[in-house]
Amino acid sequence: MDTRDVSGFPLTLEGDPTPMVSFRKVTKSYGSLVVLDSLDLDVAEGEMVTVIGPSGSGKTTVLRMLMTLETINGGVIYVDGEPLTHMPEGGRLVRANNRHMRQMRSKIGMCFQHFNLFPHMTALENCMEGPVHVLGLSKQDARERAEELLAMVGMAEKRDQHPSRLSGGQQQRVAIARALAMRPKVMLFDEVTSALDPEVIGEVTTVIRKLVSEHNLTMLMVTHQMGFAKDISDRVCFFYGGRIEEQGTPDELFGNPQKERTQQFLSAVKEAG
Amino acid sequence: MFDWRWDFTFEILPRLIVATGNTLLAAGLGYAIAVVLGLVLALAQRTPFRPLTMAVREAVEFVRSTPLVLQIFFVFYVGPQFGIRLSPWTAGMIAIGLHYAAYLSEVYRGGLECVPKGQWEAAKSLNLSMPRTYFRVILPQALPPSLAGMGNYLVGIFKDTPMLSVIGVAELMHTANAIGSETYRFLEPFTLVGIIFLCISLPTAAAVRFFEAWVRRKLGLS
Repeated sequence: MDTRDVSGFPLTLEGDPTPMVSFRKVTKSYGSLVVLDSLDLDVAEGEMVTVIGPSGSGKTTVLRMLMTLETINGGVIYVDGEPLTHMPEGGRLVRANNRHMRQMRSKIGMCFQHFNLFPHMTALENCMEGPVHVLGLSKQDARERAEELLAMVGMAEKRDQHPSRLSGGQQQRVAIARALAMRPKVMLFDEVTSALDPEVIGEVTTVIRKLVSEHNLTMLMVTHQMGFAKDISDRVCFFYGGRIEEQGTPDELFGNPQKERTQQFLSAVKEAG
Repeated sequence: MFDWRWDFTFEILPRLIVATGNTLLAAGLGYAIAVVLGLVLALAQRTPFRPLTMAVREAVEFVRSTPLVLQIFFVFYVGPQFGIRLSPWTAGMIAIGLHYAAYLSEVYRGGLECVPKGQWEAAKSLNLSMPRTYFRVILPQALPPSLAGMGNYLVGIFKDTPMLSVIGVAELMHTANAIGSETYRFLEPFTLVGIIFLCISLPTAAAVRFFEAWVRRKLGLS
């Protein structure tokens, strides 16, 4: 089968409710190495889905494909009912062009393991760059929005600092504000606490908890912090070998895992502390 | 016999100082061309259009692998056979500007590669346009690691301006040579040329280092 054949996929997703994010038979491989094998995953609007699994299981790739940082080799990804990786043309789906990709990308925001703040801009400038130059907000409006968000993540006082003057936890909080300033419908958190010192992890998880409780954002998170995942997720997906081995509510997956690999992984993580 | 004549030294100094102005002008103009054109060459090699990147790559290699003096001769003497008649100054600026653009494009290329992949990804996740990504995110970060190399070539282009004397640009070397031909005294003019070059090169190199530190501070990188 030609993995690029997408003739069987719908042009848009119908139905009520339409999932905010939908992976349909998505395949990703590097040469002969298959990273994701025909992945099917729906995320409902407002849902918080956490992806866990051993390294190399393809969990980060899921987020990176959604952010269009990786191309896909097969299947279709839909966001907000519309195809992300493809676009309808003449009644069928063709590979998305740059314009379509940019339009779709505006629905998605992402935070990275290593923050990736722009080092030559202050915290405030980091949060204003996109709103001013992509969304076309006036400087005044963008500044107000950025200041509001920086206050929300507890970084209002540090708004004029460059990233080099901020701790990891502070940088990550600015990065969250920067992504939120674009008003995405879907937020992606890619191991956002993995590069942090233990004592500052809490300040980042607190912000994410606040987002979950106060905003109706759809969120996908990859994390190694099982306790955190258990607390805030609506659903947890355990990835193994490029597919979802098991998924369920946190209580189901952590409390009563059905598959042997899930049990092994969870007990290994527990032992590590 | 060591026979240094101070009266002669002071007599020719004004002429040499005027010529120094031409040398600085040639180096400055040539460098300005090289800084801009070098960036164009570096960016052209990053476009996804393969034939363009290959062509630019080959052109840069070609310029870097042939002597500057040959390129100067080529532009000045071979040009007219194809109907392109240029003054020594114009031909000289084109040749030296192109030559150093090729070298600077390699410096920029190194600087661009210093920018972490995560910066590109962050720019993409914020949906910044490609020009905006380059000019606002990538190039400001590629600049500081490029400055040391850029400074070396600034001093380099300055020291290479004597090559323009072969097509008659009245810079320092050309003038010293002319003085020698007129008076049969070469010791003083050439010694002065050496001293003048030294007096400009050394502080320039130091100034570049200060500038580098200043830029890093200004961009909040240190």
